[in-house]
Amino acid sequence: MADVVLKQIRKRFGPIETIHGVDLNIRDGEFCVFVGPSGCGKSTLLRLIAGLEDISDGELRIGGDVVNDTVPKDRGVAMVFQSYALYPHMSVFENMAFGLDLAKHSKDEQNARVMAAAKTLQLEELLDRKPKELSGGQRQRVAIGRAIVRKPRVFLFDEPLSNLDAALRVQMRIELAKLHEKLNTTMIYVTHDQVEAMTMADKIVVLRAGTVEQVGTPLELYHYPANLFVAGFIGSPKMNFISAKITQVSQQSVTLKLESGKEVSLPVDGSGLATADRVTVGIRPEHCSIADQDTALFTGTVEVVEHLGEAGLVYVRTGSDELFVARVAGDTAIKTGETVGIQAAEQDCYVFDTADMAKRRLAVDNAPLKAQMALN
Amino acid sequence: MAHASSLTRSRRRSAWIFLIPMLAILAVVAGWPLLRTFYFGFTDANLSDLSSYSFIGIENFYAVYDGEAYGLLIDPEWWQAVWNTLFFSVISVSLETALGMVVALVLNQNFRGRGLVRAAVLIPWAIPTIVSARMWNWMLHDQFGIINDMLMKLGILSAPIAWTASPDWAMSAVILVDVWKTTPFMALLILAALQMLPGDCYEAARVDGIHPVRVFFKVTLPLIKPAVMVAVIFRALDALRVFDVIYVLTPNNPQTTTMSVYARQQLVDFQEVGYGSAASTLLFVVIAFCIMAYIMIGRVRLDEGGH
Repeated sequence: MADVVLKQIRKRFGPIETIHGVDLNIRDGEFCVFVGPSGCGKSTLLRLIAGLEDISDGELRIGGDVVNDTVPKDRGVAMVFQSYALYPHMSVFENMAFGLDLAKHSKDEQNARVMAAAKTLQLEELLDRKPKELSGGQRQRVAIGRAIVRKPRVFLFDEPLSNLDAALRVQMRIELAKLHEKLNTTMIYVTHDQVEAMTMADKIVVLRAGTVEQVGTPLELYHYPANLFVAGFIGSPKMNFISAKITQVSQQSVTLKLESGKEVSLPVDGSGLATADRVTVGIRPEHCSIADQDTALFTGTVEVVEHLGEAGLVYVRTGSDELFVARVAGDTAIKTGETVGIQAAEQDCYVFDTADMAKRRLAVDNAPLKAQMALN
Repeated sequence: MAHASSLTRSRRRSAWIFLIPMLAILAVVAGWPLLRTFYFGFTDANLSDLSSYSFIGIENFYAVYDGEAYGLLIDPEWWQAVWNTLFFSVISVSLETALGMVVALVLNQNFRGRGLVRAAVLIPWAIPTIVSARMWNWMLHDQFGIINDMLMKLGILSAPIAWTASPDWAMSAVILVDVWKTTPFMALLILAALQMLPGDCYEAARVDGIHPVRVFFKVTLPLIKPAVMVAVIFRALDALRVFDVIYVLTPNNPQTTTMSVYARQQLVDFQEVGYGSAASTLLFVVIAFCIMAYIMIGRVRLDEGGH
């Protein structure tokens, strides 16, 4: 049980700096997810916390102690690897017991700890098996069990679910969330999958190219992305971006003219913006609806329709390079080649300035988010 | 087999067609000489006239004339050779395995100039045995050798030692040269095994704070054991047949005469083709026995690619 505090953490490999001064405060018992595209430095950051890589600059505290120069063992962390990293020649039991210090823990205590972990993870039947005799999900559970028996202050997960098939991933996601609830230990979890981040995290850290783009709860990131990158990264399918020109601006609203010629007034804080500025408007696919061509924000030709069953995704060519995606009802009758109008409610739109920074939205109406924000 | 489809049968046929040239050549260059040597072992053939010889049964191995026994099986020089061979094999292969492991572990680390060192380590293995044995012969020379010179200058020796001729030192000298020459081979095979190891297991062990020595004995060693066992078989086969290094380094020294040297001596020096062939046959039996015992005791699996 411990909090993890990063202060201006930097990592250089030779002359190349890959982590550019990360500040982060992970509270005791929090489930924190590092998310970002591949190469953003999220795994490196985790390895710095684990002690597998040396910190070039900055300060890392776990439970109040500065651990920059502490060997991994004494940091009180346990790590679960993407590839599971099980010892292939040892049984499940031996794999789990191997990490326990022989000097510190008696044989009885080792047995008790392994059995308890095996019970939690439903591995009791498999204790004598070798890793190669296990399925992917079982191996993953053994890897987690190996971390549990050490009773660490902080759990570190490095993309633990990415080698599992889709159905198993959903199941393990739930099991991990339950495990966190049961152990109530600080967990840091790295993934490139924003769905995993959204579903499990108390706190999400969005990383890009070695810097933190935004830190927040899943709903905060969804409703108040700090910038264009976070807005595009969180949510699936990703947010649509269209450009517009400001015609009128105030602290309560921004009126802008879309390329289609249509003028709309959006409830966002316009401070910092000026008339005639070029801005980007963001609209999430799930907030779009198909409308009459004369009332729609803009119109376009349907290029692809994907039927997911519960919903349909309509890809519309509006003149720009990228296709505009709208999420519509599953029983939609729209066909390829049709011309359709797209509509979205004003309070669901996002506005980003020329520097790609988001403008504060003023009319977000989300009960759980409000409850969260009232708590903080 | 009876239910093999026509596709399977035609595949099997083409497999045999590809195998036949190799089998034919093996039969001519290996099968025939082997059978002939085996047969000679039961004759009184002589190198001076190989056209006439007669079958004498097991008399080369064991025979009794006038109440006195003769033959290979009761020849003390033969048994001395067997003992020498086994002693040489066990000591040199053990040393090579241990040293090869150390060298391989070092070469497996990341350091500047690793590629160069890896290549340099192989030099002793790349030199033909005749050349390296001759080289060591000079270095170990009792009067002009650099080894004696250095040891005397350092004050370790007061008088030069005839390393290759002295009964006390000849075997040590031979083992020294063989270890020097073959350790790189062992190191290379073990290095190959080390590079196959899963790197993330070591990171897991590091995070768990397991002592490196414990990791070596509990993780590294069990995982490379199959590869090491096979490497040891290769080396043991070589060592049990050892000839060239001894022939060059310590000729005619009963302390270092091995089975191969003994057989050659009978066959060429004494022209006793029959008796020499009998020794060669017995040599084959001894090696086969040693390797079978090793495979059974070590539970080496040759059929599963090392696992």
